Amino acid sequence: MKYRHLLLANLFRRPVRTALTVGSFAVALFLFGILAVVRGAFHQGIDVAGVDRLVIVNKVSLIQPLPFAYRDRLLRIPGVAQATFATWFGGVYQDERNFFPQFAIDREHYRGLFPEFRIPDEQWQAFLADKEGCVVGVGLAERFGWKLGDRIPIRGTIFPGAWEFNVRAIYRGGRTQDDTTQFWFRWDYLDERKPFEKGFVGWYVVRITNPDDAVRVVRAIDEEFANSAFETKTDTEKAFAASFVKQMGNIEFLILSVGSVVFFTLLLVIGNTMAIAVRERVRELAVLKAVGFSDGFALGLVLAETLVLAAAGGGLGVGLAKLFTLRGDPTGGLLPFFYLPPEAMALGVGLALTVGLAAGILPAVSAMRLRVVDALRRV
Amino acid sequence: MVRVDGEDVGGTSLIRVRDLDKTYRRGSEVIHVLQGLNLDVDAGDFVAFMGPSGSGKTTLLNLLGGLDVPSAGSITVAGDEITHMSARKLTAWRARHVGFVFQMYNLIPVLTALQNVELPLLLTRLSPAARRRHVEMALTVVGLGDRMRHYPRQLSGGQEQRVGIARALVSDPTFLLCDEPTGDLDRKSADEILDLLSQLVREYGKTVLMVTHDPRAAERAHTVLHLEKGTLVEGVQGRRR
Repeated sequence: MKYRHLLLANLFRRPVRTALTVGSFAVALFLFGILAVVRGAFHQGIDVAGVDRLVIVNKVSLIQPLPFAYRDRLLRIPGVAQATFATWFGGVYQDERNFFPQFAIDREHYRGLFPEFRIPDEQWQAFLADKEGCVVGVGLAERFGWKLGDRIPIRGTIFPGAWEFNVRAIYRGGRTQDDTTQFWFRWDYLDERKPFEKGFVGWYVVRITNPDDAVRVVRAIDEEFANSAFETKTDTEKAFAASFVKQMGNIEFLILSVGSVVFFTLLLVIGNTMAIAVRERVRELAVLKAVGFSDGFALGLVLAETLVLAAAGGGLGVGLAKLFTLRGDPTGGLLPFFYLPPEAMALGVGLALTVGLAAGILPAVSAMRLRVVDALRRV
Repeated sequence: MVRVDGEDVGGTSLIRVRDLDKTYRRGSEVIHVLQGLNLDVDAGDFVAFMGPSGSGKTTLLNLLGGLDVPSAGSITVAGDEITHMSARKLTAWRARHVGFVFQMYNLIPVLTALQNVELPLLLTRLSPAARRRHVEMALTVVGLGDRMRHYPRQLSGGQEQRVGIARALVSDPTFLLCDEPTGDLDRKSADEILDLLSQLVREYGKTVLMVTHDPRAAERAHTVLHLEKGTLVEGVQGRRR
């Protein structure tokens, strides 16, 4: 790196311009980081979906229930190994802003279908022994300062009334992406207290013996309940999660559009900045060539400057986005998986470098093609 | 010994130019800047080129320095015919054989005197310590051993030109090409620079080719050549100091 001082000296020739250029990259990459976090939050369900799990909902709508009696019929279908169910509760804890998902779960089989949620055995046994018991994710417990034994009052909205639960277990995610903001309680407790729809559940989840056989099992399940009062719509868990995201609009398109506009604008701004920087130094580049530096060196020098700016700004922006996510979900529970994964950070820096390269290439080529005689003649 | 007749009288000139043509096109008009120019310069000569503006002095210097290519003719330096070299080879040749001194100094303002002088050595395989020794020596020769850490803006015009000369010298090139080296300096500073160039020729055996408008600067050269109608004409013999 014997050219390091030349590179650095050029970068710090105009400190304000360098700072603003790095700042442009940083702002763009911060935005990219946040968009990646939001995308990740929406896709978290898709990413963590089990390959061997199918979700069965009412064909009419997700909010329409299915009979509890379907469980045994599901288990009789060839290829189905396990079955469980849950119901969306939709209660309010203290204030509507304190949103978190609450499920009434099948206490006997739910844990077996979702082994990625790690719960100490003794806590699970305590949950099974207490009809008013609940299991909360560690993220949720930390958010509200809950600990084992706490009594949690929740106001029912779909199922009216004041409900109270005892925290009997706290689960952790086996993977970083696992949602640790859920609240589970016993479906039998809900079914006992609710005044209507007794004997109904929200949806079923089954584990199939062979993921390669998913298409056949999906068809078999929906055929089993065809022409009944409660027809089903079965999907793989991944497809179900994806359709859930789609209901919220084309998030992917929105993020891609905003991101593209930001990066294209950045490309123009940085390209212009580098073009000005090269124009200002035409004579110096000519002198370097006169004393024996090659055309390729001039090209490399300008590109290296742009890439250093891109790496510094990109790293700063992505780093700030990471810091921002460390403070947790700022939406009060709407985006429980508020996390910037290392792959997205690397992609961000890679994008910054690509923009740097693209923005620097024209000025760099003009530096490479510069004719010493012409450049030295300029005043 | 400097000759402009193009006759081969035996011996080996350091710089040998034969039938050099340089033409430019301006629209449909063809401008002949140099026409059938001949020149022989021996090692250790100090040559001044004079002539009115637009006579082709700087063009000749650029051709001799491998910065431009002739329309016809040949230039041979220390046995290397540079006329037909590729751009890449010419760049490497310049680094090895030519030291440039410019009228406007052309130092890089964000580098110190030391770093400016070190630039040509970055192209060599010298270690950082060896580069440093060479730079210190070159700056000491031009009398700026105590200004190595100064930036160009902290130096006077004369001192900047000294740094420029040190940069030209540091890689021990075959010859120095100086384009109006005193053109931007006051009389006192100009005299100091000319003293320095004379000293390089006299004490270090350097070959210097200088373009100048200033008759007092030209006086320092061993030979003064005038460019007239695209060819060189021998002028007054300068003083050998």
